[in-house]
Amino acid sequence: MKVKEMNMIKGQINGIKVEVEEGTSILDAAKKIQVKIPTLCKHPDLLPTAACGLCIVKIANSPKLPRACCTPMEEGMSITTHDPELVDVRRSVLEMILSNHPSECYICGRSGSCELQNLAAEFSIREQPYPNIVPDISTDVSTGSLALDPRKCITCGRCVQVCQDVQDVWALSFLDRGFDTRISPAGDIQLGDSPCVRCGQCSAHCPTGAILEFDDTPAVWRNLDNPENHCIVQIAPAVRVAIGEAFGYPVGTNLTKKIYTALRMMGFKAIFDTNFGADLTIVEEASEFVERFAHGHGALPLVTSCCPAWIDYLEKYYSDLLEHFSTAKSPHAMVGVLAKTYYAQKMNIDPAKIYSVSVMPCTAKKYEITRSAEMRASGYQDIDEVITTREFARMIKQAGVDFEHVKDGEADNILGDYTGAATIFGNTGGVMEAALRTAYKVVTDSELPDEAMEFQAIRGLEGIKETEVVIAGKSVKIAVASGLGNVSVVLDRVRKAKLEGTESPYHFIEVMACPGGCVAGGGQPYGVTDGLRQARAKGLYADDRSCAKRRSHENPAVQKLYQDFLGKPLSEKSHQLLHTSYTARPLYQR
Amino acid sequence: MAKLTPQMLDELKQRGNKSNNWIKVGMSSCGIAAGAEPVYEALVKGVKEQGLEVEVRKCGCMGSCCFEPLVEVNVEGAPRTLYGNVDADVAQWIIDAHIGRKRVVEKYVVPGFAELTCSDEELLKSAEGNTKQYRIVMRNCGVIDPDNIDEFIAEGGYQGLKRALQMKPEDVIGEISKSGIRGRGGAGFPTGLKWKLTREVKAKEHFIICNGDEGDPGAYMDRSVLESDPHAVIEGMIIGGYAVGAAHGYFYIRAEYPLAVARIEKAIRQARASGLLGKDILGTGFDFDLDVRLGAGAFVCGEETALISSLEGKRGTPHPRPPYPSVKGLWNSPTCINNVETLANIGQIMDRGADWFAKIGVGKSTGTKVFAITGKVQRSGLIEVPMGMKLSNIVHQIGGGSASGKAVKAVQTGGPSGGVIPKDLFDTPVSYEHLTTLGSIMGSGGMIVMEEGDSMVDIAKFYLGFCVEESCGKCAPCRIGGKQMLLILEKLTAGKGEAADLVKLQRLALAMKKASLCGLGQTAANPVLSTLKYFNQEYMKCIEQGEGLAAN
Repeated sequence: MKVKEMNMIKGQINGIKVEVEEGTSILDAAKKIQVKIPTLCKHPDLLPTAACGLCIVKIANSPKLPRACCTPMEEGMSITTHDPELVDVRRSVLEMILSNHPSECYICGRSGSCELQNLAAEFSIREQPYPNIVPDISTDVSTGSLALDPRKCITCGRCVQVCQDVQDVWALSFLDRGFDTRISPAGDIQLGDSPCVRCGQCSAHCPTGAILEFDDTPAVWRNLDNPENHCIVQIAPAVRVAIGEAFGYPVGTNLTKKIYTALRMMGFKAIFDTNFGADLTIVEEASEFVERFAHGHGALPLVTSCCPAWIDYLEKYYSDLLEHFSTAKSPHAMVGVLAKTYYAQKMNIDPAKIYSVSVMPCTAKKYEITRSAEMRASGYQDIDEVITTREFARMIKQAGVDFEHVKDGEADNILGDYTGAATIFGNTGGVMEAALRTAYKVVTDSELPDEAMEFQAIRGLEGIKETEVVIAGKSVKIAVASGLGNVSVVLDRVRKAKLEGTESPYHFIEVMACPGGCVAGGGQPYGVTDGLRQARAKGLYADDRSCAKRRSHENPAVQKLYQDFLGKPLSEKSHQLLHTSYTARPLYQR
Repeated sequence: MAKLTPQMLDELKQRGNKSNNWIKVGMSSCGIAAGAEPVYEALVKGVKEQGLEVEVRKCGCMGSCCFEPLVEVNVEGAPRTLYGNVDADVAQWIIDAHIGRKRVVEKYVVPGFAELTCSDEELLKSAEGNTKQYRIVMRNCGVIDPDNIDEFIAEGGYQGLKRALQMKPEDVIGEISKSGIRGRGGAGFPTGLKWKLTREVKAKEHFIICNGDEGDPGAYMDRSVLESDPHAVIEGMIIGGYAVGAAHGYFYIRAEYPLAVARIEKAIRQARASGLLGKDILGTGFDFDLDVRLGAGAFVCGEETALISSLEGKRGTPHPRPPYPSVKGLWNSPTCINNVETLANIGQIMDRGADWFAKIGVGKSTGTKVFAITGKVQRSGLIEVPMGMKLSNIVHQIGGGSASGKAVKAVQTGGPSGGVIPKDLFDTPVSYEHLTTLGSIMGSGGMIVMEEGDSMVDIAKFYLGFCVEESCGKCAPCRIGGKQMLLILEKLTAGKGEAADLVKLQRLALAMKKASLCGLGQTAANPVLSTLKYFNQEYMKCIEQGEGLAAN
């Protein structure tokens, strides 16, 4: 790879020499010399919106106070980041923002993790000099996944940028102007009626409590407390490497076994792992791919469908391509339906009594469990509740579990065993990598050699990754996209080729709605950056490497499931329980 | 219409505007609103009925707004006269008396009309104590029919373009730089430099935009120019487009200016038909065309980056600069944005030369400035004065002083971004630098005269209220700071203020000024800060009265 020569800029910040690449903002340049300039609107993931006005600095010989977030360093610049005047103006602005924000920290979902609250504490704000004016707008919970409280919005614009520019969903925008400016779907409709796909990236980037995951923990507690219930739970791959952040662990620490123990302590009767479902998904999906690719049954490219925000998006934006989407349900949906059928039969439990909870890195999963009739394939609602990693961390604390000191536990292996292929589902490229490991076996009837098992070309945070893999002499053209904005680029190529009647540029496409995949899902702990995404991803890749079995079809519990219950991949029973269908949905529900 | 050649332009200019016997009716928005249409019809009917050899013509804004509808009469045998407050009956009277019997209808004559403007010689002779207007931008306003391109050409229109296209673009920029002209939209950025910066950026395409989103309360200079002399602005745009390397330009005009839009659109069609827009303009190989886009009425869209967003079809909110529009503007291409009045100067500078222009004015403020002088003044209207004229001369000589007889107390310049200047400082010459020193700004040209008894706290409240209403809501200091300041001003004027409020007001105002993203927020506190500075006693009075009320 050619490294482009970057022009280096030399300047001074607070009298300290600093050298940065051309185009580096003053804010980032200051970080290089360990100077933190406060900001409420600039997020490392996003372009500066220049909204909050807190990061003002002084440039020598200039009368203005430019914003550090959006002002690039220039040769010879001499910057002052902190002096009495700057601190006083920042304080004034902070007081203004607080005067337009509800003073109800202790009943807010972001208390303790709120960037505004933290800054108020740092600035020793002890009084409100101005009247507190908060608009009377009710919280929008129409998606069932998110709670949008525009009263708490500081109009930083992060959510709008994520929704429009990163995710290309265009559900959120600013309405009105001036003091009345607020976030809302265009046309002042409810979020549930808008194009929102519930990816939750807005909530993951919001600095305050204006957009939160919808809190389902009370329902889970209620059901755990009901002695009639047989409560079961599963955890998604990405949860295990992120939950530690809520307990002071280094980012990316794999805490699978502590999570199992904590869940038992909270009262769950059976602990399953979504990774089991991931292995099963791979066996079904890889078989589906081989049917299409090797035997010509069905349309190519095949596009993965594990991601519920993506499913929502494809039904709204790409309904002309429905035949390309894998019908395999997502891993947690598979575990869900099997818990109320296979597990219930084996254990002789009335499925009506089973209360099934999924712990997910994702807010869209809350929607997935009721998205279609197929989500009741067991005859009951297959999964009763979805809670995000953030909610789960709170539940652990509420349960009085001393998470740091609990001993390792085990899952119930009937729906809990997993291979290394499954655990990397949480990373962008992971589903594809797992699928290739199994597809190779299905096509060639021999195993992919261990040394060829890691597909580096589709690892990493690049939004669109492309590669070709040769299986049995045939080249498989692959694309991996994460972040819906990138996904639409890839899908548009497919659509174009289809309309023009030319050969599709790809055979197999993996899609994850959130940039970086589920490790950076909308329900994960706050403060996501690329560095954090990489650290979480590393945790999952390490988990893969530490597994004795690293190919989904080698999972003994999955093999037993086919033997005892399903027959073979893509069997009639598999189709009935493990597959779903898609329908075109309008962008706006009204 | 045939494509014009440079020779044809000269011929049309030489032929001049025919007819020495004419009646003109001012038909700008304000004239029409005041009833100019029935006056025009009455005049046409009267002239026809009596079989008079007089041409009844429409023209744009004559400037004496307080006397609308205005009718100017020029017939042999009687003095050239401007009539004001004309209605259909008066029109008939004018026909009978002035045209029929060559007798002036004294009752409706606008006083002081003949002394309004001065000649070049007069101007340069008495630059210091100048008390008269001098017209560059408004030279054709109220003179020609804005719907008639021939009349514009006959007055020397498009001569500047002709000369510019014979020069290299760099030399055109050099000429504009040499003239010293600065942006008339308010900030006063040197126009030549703006063009140079835009031209220097390498890109596939460049754009030029005319900012016609005039929005200051009480200001209507741009509207009048667009309505009265659209080709002058178009000529400026073509020259600017040539200079910066643009093949396409846009007029961004607020939708509340339907007549300006209609006249510009018509003028563009005429220019196209004459070959002054389109391919190979005046046979020089230069291609350039113009389109009109309407603004939806947000004040902030007059700010360059917000204007670009709006033009691109996005929410009209400002963006951080850099990148400046000259580097990354419309659709990420280098873009030059000039104000209407700036552009209306360009053709004249190119025609008459930078030296002529640079001689007018004072210091770094060359040329003239158009003001909309309103408020408690005898002769409100549009005026154009050489830069450097003293405020007192504008208010007392040109404006005629207070209308009611009460003493003039102060004048507000620069609209909501400006400040209030007390009468003690009226000796100040009007220039970018001088007004800034006083805590106000040149602004786009609103000038509101206030007299004894007018409350300065109310004035501050009015302007701040305007900015609070018009804030885009993007940045916290402007969105919230303005609102909180307004609440304090409302408290003060309701007699419920306390001394601590003034401290808070000052603190909010300074933070808003220092931390706001765009010009709107950075300057919205100016009316408050300047009145706090010059009229602090009025704020104190509010508080004392409040305490008095509370004590009772």
